[in-house]
Amino acid sequence: MIDSLFLINHSGDIFLEKHWKSVISRSVCDYFFEAKEKAVDPENVAPVLQTPHHYLISIYRDKIFFLSAIQTEVPPLFVIEFLHRVGDTFLDYFGECSETVIKDNVVIVYELLEEMLDNGFPLATESNVLKEMIKPPNILRSVVNTLTGGSNVGNTLPTGQLSNVPWRRAGVKYTNNEAYFDVIEEIDAILDKSGTTVFAEIQGVIEACVRLTGMPDLTLSFMNPRLLDDVSFHPCVRFKRWESERVLSFIPPDGNFTLMSYQVSSQNLVAIPVYVKQNISFLEAGSCGRLDITIGPKQTMGKTVEGLMVTVHMPKAVLTVNLTATQGTHTYDLATKVLVWDIGKLNPQKLPNLRGSLSMQPGAPKPEEYPSLNIDLKIQQLAISGLKVSRLDMYGEKYKPFKGVKYLTKAGKFQVRT
Amino acid sequence: MMAGCVLTAGPVVLGAVPAGVYEENSYSCGVMSSGVGYNDQTGAETAVEAGQETTPTTSSSGAAFGLFSSDFKKNEDLKEMLESNKESLKLEAMKRVVGLISKGKNASELFPAVVKNVASKNIELKKLVYVYLVRYAEEQQDLALLSISTFQRALKDPNQFIRASALRVLSSIRVPIIVPIMMLAIKEAATDLSPYVRKTSAHAIQKLYSLDPDQKEQLIEVIEKLLKDKSTLVAGSVVVAFEEVCPDRIDLIHKNYRKLCNLLVDVEEWGQVVIISMLTRYARTQFTSPWKEDAVFDENNEKTFYDSDSEEKKVPTEAKPYMMDPDHRLLLRNTKPLLQSRNTAVVMSVAQLYWHLAPKHEVSVVTKSLVRLLRSHREVQYIVLQNIATMSIQRKGMFEPYMKSFYVRSTDPTHIKTLKLEILTNLANEANISTILREFQTYVKSQDKTFAAATIQAIGRCATNISEVTDTCLNGLVLLLSNRDETVVAESVVVIKKLLQTQPTQHSEIIKHMAKLFDNITVPMARASILWLMGEYCDRVPKIAPDVLRKMAKTFTTEEDIVKLQTVNLAAKLYLTNSKQTKLLTQYILNLGKYDQNYDIRDRTRFIRQLIVPSEKSGALNKYARRILLAPKPAPVLESAFKDRDRFQLGTLSHSLNVKASGYQELSDWPAVAPDPSVRNVEVIEPVKEWAPSLGKAKQPKSDAKFYSDDEEKEEEGSERSSSSSSEDDSSSSSSSKDSGSGSEEESSEESEKTSSGSGGSSSGSEKSSSDSESEQRQKKKTKKRTRKPAASDSDSDENGNVDQASSSATESSSESESDSGSDSPAPQKKTEANTQRKVAVKSKKEVSLLDLDDFSPAVTNAPKPSVISSSLLSDLEGLSLSNVSSAVQVTSPSFGPVKTYELLHHMTGKGLAAKYHFPRQPCLYQPSMVSVQVILTNNSDHVLEEIHIGERSPAGLNVHCFNTIERLEPGASVTVSMGVDFSDSTQAANFQLCTKEDQFGVSIQPAVGELLMPFTMTEADFNREQSEI
Repeated sequence: MIDSLFLINHSGDIFLEKHWKSVISRSVCDYFFEAKEKAVDPENVAPVLQTPHHYLISIYRDKIFFLSAIQTEVPPLFVIEFLHRVGDTFLDYFGECSETVIKDNVVIVYELLEEMLDNGFPLATESNVLKEMIKPPNILRSVVNTLTGGSNVGNTLPTGQLSNVPWRRAGVKYTNNEAYFDVIEEIDAILDKSGTTVFAEIQGVIEACVRLTGMPDLTLSFMNPRLLDDVSFHPCVRFKRWESERVLSFIPPDGNFTLMSYQVSSQNLVAIPVYVKQNISFLEAGSCGRLDITIGPKQTMGKTVEGLMVTVHMPKAVLTVNLTATQGTHTYDLATKVLVWDIGKLNPQKLPNLRGSLSMQPGAPKPEEYPSLNIDLKIQQLAISGLKVSRLDMYGEKYKPFKGVKYLTKAGKFQVRT
Repeated sequence: MMAGCVLTAGPVVLGAVPAGVYEENSYSCGVMSSGVGYNDQTGAETAVEAGQETTPTTSSSGAAFGLFSSDFKKNEDLKEMLESNKESLKLEAMKRVVGLISKGKNASELFPAVVKNVASKNIELKKLVYVYLVRYAEEQQDLALLSISTFQRALKDPNQFIRASALRVLSSIRVPIIVPIMMLAIKEAATDLSPYVRKTSAHAIQKLYSLDPDQKEQLIEVIEKLLKDKSTLVAGSVVVAFEEVCPDRIDLIHKNYRKLCNLLVDVEEWGQVVIISMLTRYARTQFTSPWKEDAVFDENNEKTFYDSDSEEKKVPTEAKPYMMDPDHRLLLRNTKPLLQSRNTAVVMSVAQLYWHLAPKHEVSVVTKSLVRLLRSHREVQYIVLQNIATMSIQRKGMFEPYMKSFYVRSTDPTHIKTLKLEILTNLANEANISTILREFQTYVKSQDKTFAAATIQAIGRCATNISEVTDTCLNGLVLLLSNRDETVVAESVVVIKKLLQTQPTQHSEIIKHMAKLFDNITVPMARASILWLMGEYCDRVPKIAPDVLRKMAKTFTTEEDIVKLQTVNLAAKLYLTNSKQTKLLTQYILNLGKYDQNYDIRDRTRFIRQLIVPSEKSGALNKYARRILLAPKPAPVLESAFKDRDRFQLGTLSHSLNVKASGYQELSDWPAVAPDPSVRNVEVIEPVKEWAPSLGKAKQPKSDAKFYSDDEEKEEEGSERSSSSSSEDDSSSSSSSKDSGSGSEEESSEESEKTSSGSGGSSSGSEKSSSDSESEQRQKKKTKKRTRKPAASDSDSDENGNVDQASSSATESSSESESDSGSDSPAPQKKTEANTQRKVAVKSKKEVSLLDLDDFSPAVTNAPKPSVISSSLLSDLEGLSLSNVSSAVQVTSPSFGPVKTYELLHHMTGKGLAAKYHFPRQPCLYQPSMVSVQVILTNNSDHVLEEIHIGERSPAGLNVHCFNTIERLEPGASVTVSMGVDFSDSTQAANFQLCTKEDQFGVSIQPAVGELLMPFTMTEADFNREQSEI
């Protein structure tokens, strides 16, 4: 299984290494650096590499490469999934997953890694279990610890490790009992030049934040569960009840977690909230081009579109832009050739427009392709698929929890081809 | 050496100089030592020795340690801190050491100082020391041995967490000398009561195996034992060990196959992955192929796997050519729900299981889930797309409905884009080709040129595969020839060349067009391709070809090698077909080639010259020159790069790399004839049997049902229930202030009661047991009505003491008849039932059906501990089966549970002698303080057992009324004897030995709380009166 883990920053420095079996020299990473060099963009590095004696499986997230060295056959997804869990755990513990924060908390990181794997096989990956063994850093506790000589490490086996609900820690107590569910849907779409939909689908997740005392047993039901086509659940959800009654019945982990993710059945037509009128052209002769983008509301179900943003990856030949926007601000990054137009709220009465000229590198041939537009948007209080939570019931505990459901629609990979 | 010199001088100076100078001085020392070679082992050691000399002088300035920046100095300080008496200093030092380790810096010279702290009380410090030990023990084997005794001691610790972590570290210390110690520890831990420790021992097996492969045989024994473990916690880890140590010992799996299948849903996600892949391999050796051509499948069959096995058994009656082994079906059925897992690795492993094991028409259930994974992280997409690419070659239909999910976005990384392209190409057919080609048109314009080039190749493949669009594609590619981008043009040329080869029809127009473009194309591969086309089809372009050759003759010397070779080829072909025009040109080119720098070109030239130019030396070959050079060439086949990947199991590293990775286990072909399926039959160890009175909805005992026949629902429900019941447990413990919060809450509350009421010890047995029964009910009530004050319930039990004997005996008698006859009507029971009890029952009925089961179970889950057959079994039962059974008991009748029989001795362990016991719930004949127990002894062996009697007992003072020695028990015969045991009102197990003439078996009876009690009846008025008297 996983022999060693190296954390490598953006510029190629190994800033942390951890071995679960015999020590593997960090020179093994040279093969990786070679591949990284070749790939130019860090995202283009192949996740699985072969070296004479080892196999390297890596992920890239938050500007860090998590590189694991492996000696024998193992399902690559097993390793990839685990590495992402490590990243998630750091995020959970430290609020972010960056080089500085890992370096600052290197002891906790090491203790975590020690508990997460034994001999390269995952031992404890549930956040609730880990938090019982190793307490997340917080200022108050570190002060107390230095004064009293207490420690951050628990000395009993977390109850979760043995129970049938390993994801929940025991003895949870809150004065305010609350359970919040966020239904977040993302529209993935590709629109072609004329605005017709090439491909569109809705993906959703239900993020939960549950702070309830004791061992509550929750049941979440939907008004229209038929919409849900393909689902995947947190291990706490009882699959049997979903199959028979289409309700989510579960004993929740404590804190934040993703309850389920789903895909809305493809038969349903996907409502596209905005339309984009665009015209980008490069003149054959002169070293300039024109750009004109207008965005208007299409199917927004009467809600306002917020956080509207357009990102354009310009061809290499575009040197500078000279644009004026009727609303919002725009920036053009000269190095990466990315034009970002941050619009904000979409006003249906006065449609935002961005127009102006692009100046091109003199002498360069006219770019063959037109850049596609990536749209970002948010609609509060709306699940675009129409999914509605009907009720949340709690069993097993006597108090009355505070319950809340929030809906949010976002653009996922929303692309307009030009 | 240099560092050493300076350092020895150091302390001499230090004594006198002020602190500032000292700092500076030490800093320079550090620089020098690192100059010598810090990582060098010997260098570091001398530094340490030198450092020790300085110790006395620096010890006073502890506060200044943090200021030193050099590594060397730090290490010395760290040593100092580690040897100090202050826990906090030590901890701080260890934290810094871990920091060093994490950066990959060498901290090995601190070993002696660190290892001393291994027995520290501070748990965090200890953990960090463990981290250090594991990292450096291999380098410092002798010193590492110092820590062993600490671990050996910790292995006996009552805290399972400490036992487990001691084993973890002990097995991670890679020191060959301690192999025997590790072996012992593993063997011991494998039989530990705690499943967590057993899990750790499974991990330790692999570590030991990698340290010393000679231990294989012994380790296999341990693995065999652990495979029998029924804890979901252990299952995953032991399979990992199995895969690593003895993947070929498939015979170890047989007996555990069904168990693993059934446990699978509850195993932790990482364990699921390894178990599924192991079972895939297993199934390929044990079952026959479901892919037979003549296999007739209908939807009925598909339906049956959700239904009970009774329906499944119907299938064989319809004479079918292929019958799926029920075990094979079991595996497919039990893995299916895992497709909904959030863990992508689990989903992928189920997908590959279906791909390799399921009948062809069932494989498509995995499609949706695989497509879902494409929403996940980039790396996940990469692997999943690779697997889909392989699958889509063989089974287009599976992914065709999801074609649009593979559309490329401009923001995808290149390797994802090319994989998507690969899949789209695989999916292309007559119906969807126009849509796909339209997509491809967009891709060709992509800024990502590698991707654009790959698209052109994909278009070429579509063109060859689907003859309807060949012309369209060809025209499109020709248009691309005028593209401004060179790579696009070059790729187009190459693809067109291949296409023209497969299309022997007239395409002279395209060739002419390409000849025109020739001057503008600079990419060698493209130029070479055009030249080859000219030569190959020179008869179609008789005018142009010689002209191209003329041009080439001019530029020959400046061309790339590959172009030169093709020029020579072209010259030779033209010479043969059109020697009049090209003879001189050819000779000129051949002369140029003769003196080329590249020997390949020189060789080729020489060969061509001999072949085509007739001379006296040229032999027989000359005659055949035309036939050699202008032979019709077979068209190249454009095929997927994933064509041959299906030789690897999907989802594996080998598949991903397309290379056989080390440790890859080949997936065997289906056997022609299935091996004996009966090897998987298991002796069902049924420790808990129940004879429920036939009222209510009592569940039938499932003793005779086969293991796999408990349908999914039961399984699921069981786990659900137990999980929610454990939650109940916890909540009740937290709410009632009295309870200790541990599992033994009944006991503790009972005891506290005894002391409070004061009537405990002296009163007669029936009285006491009745008071106990009250307390048990109260437990139940507590879970229902937690608002009730503990004081009030205390009064209940007090009053019990004064209850008249008559009513309680009445209850007894009715309960007897109830349990004995087993089929009586519920009427008498109702009459005698206490009001309070009824209230409880009624109240509970109001709740939602699923949950009221949960609410009942907590009172019982802890109580009826069956006799311990094996430690592992017991711990399982807590989690899996027991709560299920006991809640069923409660449903039937809360007050008069059906008589449960517990296993005392299994016939496997008892060498044929089996013993079961149950509590008849009658007053004991022998002594009032005793509880009567009936034991059923059965002889399952094939020989006569003699002199069965009870031997030693423990605790020593245990008061047991033994049954008379049974002189003779024939094979197959069974006898029921009754005995009395004084449990002294505790749930402590009574241990004793069951002896036959030859053997002795240690057995134990553990009473549930309820078995120690005696029911009684009283009117509400009585109850109130009694209550008020307190």
